[in-house]
Amino acid sequence: MFDWLFRYANPARFMSLSGTLLPWLWGAAVLSLLAGLYMGFSAPPDYQQGRTVLILFIHVPAAIMATNVYACIVVASLFSLVNRHILADVAARTAAPLGAAFTLLALVTGSLWGRPMWGTWWEWDPRLVSTLVMFFLYLGYSALWGAIEDETKAARICAVLALVGAVNIPIIKFSVEWWNSLHQGESIMSGNLAGPFLWPWLVMQLFYMLLFVCLWLMRIRTAILERRVRNLMQASP
Amino acid sequence: MNFDMSPYGAFIWPAYIVSALALGGLTVWTILCWRAVKAKLAALEKK
Repeated sequence: MFDWLFRYANPARFMSLSGTLLPWLWGAAVLSLLAGLYMGFSAPPDYQQGRTVLILFIHVPAAIMATNVYACIVVASLFSLVNRHILADVAARTAAPLGAAFTLLALVTGSLWGRPMWGTWWEWDPRLVSTLVMFFLYLGYSALWGAIEDETKAARICAVLALVGAVNIPIIKFSVEWWNSLHQGESIMSGNLAGPFLWPWLVMQLFYMLLFVCLWLMRIRTAILERRVRNLMQASP
Repeated sequence: MNFDMSPYGAFIWPAYIVSALALGGLTVWTILCWRAVKAKLAALEKK
């Protein structure tokens, strides 16, 4: 079933394919950023939130990427545990700092949105707390990778931690439904986001996704070369 | 395009500046790491 995936999981093939794709992906990312910013700054003020609705175009994509990146780590960790593939370990490890950055960005921009709308920078709200827990999970995951010297052992233990932490993904997603939350409920999938705000958000979401893919591919490529450097240094007298 | 953020400019602009710095910083850091390891590998292969 995953034969096609394993064909490209060969480091040499991965380097070749990602090297071809990256310039196109960077180009698409820059175009979507420019289009997203233009559409966002041209959007009308919201009838309740005024111009603070502009924060939606950077806060929501960051929050969505925070959970999506973690989902990528979970999938890579599954492949790592089941198939023991070196590229799966590298993929999981290199995604973590990117996920941490997106999560921190979601928390900071959310705080800057919350102050004028809710009257507070921070609230011990289920959505906010579960997102903060995700940020700590990213930090713990990265710290664990750094703390264990044996790479194979580190990969196994970190994969287990990632799978345990996956329980936080549905908690973040459904926290606004399961508990009384100050954070607004689902508005994009339920169709409650008006057209003038929906399209700029979609384009900015595309930008965030493309940027993540570009950075992730580059970080995996860097890790593959680092391994090659290590091997050469060990081989040389 | 409308750049008038009043009366919320003190919140909107910092949100955009923080995002630009974080995402820009992440991009620069990733590119620098890639270049550094590439240069190191080239030097080792020359030996």
